[in-house]
Amino acid sequence: MPSIAKPPVRHPALPVNELGLTERDYEGPMSTLCAGCGHHSVTAAIVRALWEVAVPPHMVAKLSGIGCSAKTAAYFLHGAHGFNGVHGRMAPLATGVAAANSELLLIGISGDGDSFSIGIGHLVHLIRRNLRMVYIIENNGVYGLTKGQLSASADVGSTSHWGTAGVIQPIDPMLLGLSLGATFLARGFSGDKVQLVPILKAATGHRGLALIDVISPCVSFNDHEGSTKSYRFTRDHDVHGTETDFVEPRPAILAAIGREGITDLTLHDRSRVRARAVPQGYDPTDRDAVGAYLREAHARGEVVTGILYVDPSRPTFHELLGVVQRPLVAVPYSELSPGSAELERFAQS
Amino acid sequence: MNTQTRERDIAELSPGGWVLWDSTSPLEQAGAREDVALLGIPIARMCIEEFDNPRERILLQNMVYAGAVTALLNIDPEIAAAFIDERYQRRARLREANHHAFRLGEEYAREHFAYPLPCRVEPLEGTLDSIIVDGNTATAVGCIYAVATVAAWYPITPSTSLMDAFSAFSRRYRRDPESGLTTGMIVQAEDELAAIGTVIGAGWAGARAFTATSGPGLSLMQEQLGLAYYTEVPVVLFVVQRAGPSTGMPTRTQQADILAAAHASHGDTAHILLFPGDPAECFDFAVRAFDLAERFQTPVLVLSDSDIGMNDWMVPRLRWDDSYTPDRGRVLGAADLEGVAEYHRYADPDPDGVTARTLPGVSPRAAYFTRGSGHNRLGGYTEDPDEYREVVDRLARKHAAAARRVPEPVVERRPEAGVGLVTLGSGGPAVREAAELLRARGVAADWMRVRGYPFDAAVHAFLDTHEICFVVEQNRDGQLRTLLLESGANAAKLGSVLVYGGVPVSAGEVVESVLTRLRRREK
Repeated sequence: MPSIAKPPVRHPALPVNELGLTERDYEGPMSTLCAGCGHHSVTAAIVRALWEVAVPPHMVAKLSGIGCSAKTAAYFLHGAHGFNGVHGRMAPLATGVAAANSELLLIGISGDGDSFSIGIGHLVHLIRRNLRMVYIIENNGVYGLTKGQLSASADVGSTSHWGTAGVIQPIDPMLLGLSLGATFLARGFSGDKVQLVPILKAATGHRGLALIDVISPCVSFNDHEGSTKSYRFTRDHDVHGTETDFVEPRPAILAAIGREGITDLTLHDRSRVRARAVPQGYDPTDRDAVGAYLREAHARGEVVTGILYVDPSRPTFHELLGVVQRPLVAVPYSELSPGSAELERFAQS
Repeated sequence: MNTQTRERDIAELSPGGWVLWDSTSPLEQAGAREDVALLGIPIARMCIEEFDNPRERILLQNMVYAGAVTALLNIDPEIAAAFIDERYQRRARLREANHHAFRLGEEYAREHFAYPLPCRVEPLEGTLDSIIVDGNTATAVGCIYAVATVAAWYPITPSTSLMDAFSAFSRRYRRDPESGLTTGMIVQAEDELAAIGTVIGAGWAGARAFTATSGPGLSLMQEQLGLAYYTEVPVVLFVVQRAGPSTGMPTRTQQADILAAAHASHGDTAHILLFPGDPAECFDFAVRAFDLAERFQTPVLVLSDSDIGMNDWMVPRLRWDDSYTPDRGRVLGAADLEGVAEYHRYADPDPDGVTARTLPGVSPRAAYFTRGSGHNRLGGYTEDPDEYREVVDRLARKHAAAARRVPEPVVERRPEAGVGLVTLGSGGPAVREAAELLRARGVAADWMRVRGYPFDAAVHAFLDTHEICFVVEQNRDGQLRTLLLESGANAAKLGSVLVYGGVPVSAGEVVESVLTRLRRREK
């Protein structure tokens, strides 16, 4: 299945962003995933979000592991470097890219197999480190490329394509993230682009790790009656924790939380986010309350979506290690080599 | 020497030797050796009598011993005293306690034994241009001079001290003078899979990046070494070998990861290997490893071992040529891409099979998609047999071309030698000595220390010009020999001397083994 390049035809009436680029400039080659796959919609939301925030495509690095989700890194932003590595190891790859060049915007695309099973050790430590990147999990509860085995995010009782039901407690990345000190947690649904695009835009402006769990149904192996990761189930049980309205890029992100009270958050990026809580009093800055709410909602069978938790105060991995702001690839040789005189000093010591 | 092993140590001693031992507890077989002199000092008892602090009573036993040795070998006591002053310059009480313990040993030896012994230590000028350093420290210095900026690792014996040293040097040499922030990033990873993954990411994005590990870590890195090989990302990996398999003997030395390194990962893979023979070469080869990795856009594995890495060696003073510039290989910058109609990652190889890469964040014209799945010369996904083969065949050509760029072997020839000794890494000094000893036993032997893989033409030339060669290596299965055979050497002319108990090879073992094999051939 080779990827098929799209013809470079450009309609003169296509709107352009502030860089003068059209949405087509943020697309990739044709996808080879199944028709109707939730991942297509995630890809489309990424394209729209990156076009709207007007990031220069070549300043993005797209990273992924292995799986249906991982393949989608090829299907957006043809003008960006991409690296489709090995199964479960996208997080270390991203850590290295960020270490070399901190100016790049890292977009990581993972799946529930990639992130919750083979790669969970890396995800856990990535959250602890608060590496600046957008980490998207296209979560469908199954292994699609190997034909429908249940993954670690499959709910107890949710049935597979082959009729077996999940019996082991699932991993919820939002609760996992809360327990590890994550600084930006959001959940979306591939069937709700209106909600997903602003979430992604807010994520690009977050200074640390933005972890986004996107329920993205697998039409081939997990979209049947009895699955809790189907389009139908997710639509029926989706509860918006927050609504996110994205406003024009500004020097600060403002998140307005709750109908009754407004909490101002000054974030890192130039953009401004307005998040409106749907349940009365939902406060995405209150870690304990968010955790309790998510657990209760899950027990009720609800899938809570929106920007669920934000903590702009914690330092990033680069800040924790005291790394210079300019990218390490830009530090010249003359600054890094101690020269022969210093080696003489070493011999004396 | 401790009470558990001292009887064994005495049994191993050469006739005419001396045993300096702690006589606080008596030997079980005191009369077992009449051909050696037993010099007993009640070290533990002296420390108990002289010091109140329980910790000092234990630790200062070593200093009593040192004092006795200094007297017996007629070492200038001022040198030892200066060493103690330097070592404990900020801790006056400890300094005095150490001086006291040292004098106790010195005085006891003078009062009780005929000193100095017939063998003695004197300062000579022959080592003025030498330094004492361990291989891991020297490697770390090399990484600093090679301007590595990203390191990722997971602690494992005996490679840990390499990254400890790099961290220490980074505090001095990776410091931005204006902000005080660091111009390097050292990531202590969650495991070796993350360590190598981080290095691959950093290498792909344009930094000089490395990791260091030992046997079990090398096993864990296999899959991603294949990824870096197939996607052509520069990676430098230092493998400080220990005794395997499995956990093996972590603090013992071996050269048993040669094959695991040469073909690390599933599928057809072949890596560039460097085999430093001492800490000076650890320094030199660290720099060369980064140049080779970037020139050939592939992993370079530098294989030292516990003996080189952890032990202090006396080596020539490290030198640096200020005219050095890093070989970054074929990397297209923004200006280079201006004239390129369409850039493709794996197209237009140079005579070595190397194609031009680009780095993210440099130019809108530079983008490509890196995939560990089947890809064609344009970088696109493929399952087409011809397209797939075109890429992997070029990788084989590229690997072969590296033979001309790895360090050439060190060779010492004698007139009319029919026997060749071949070794690598820490086996060098013992094999060199063995060649000398063999001459006294009537066998003229040349020797060669291999320093890189794929093998330079000089390696095959050496094998071809001897009737018989013996590969001296520290593993059970003759891994270097296997690699030589795989590279075209004649099995009938290539024997093995294998020393793999976990301790460094000695010249005597090599000599006896070679003589036995030569006699067997004559029959």
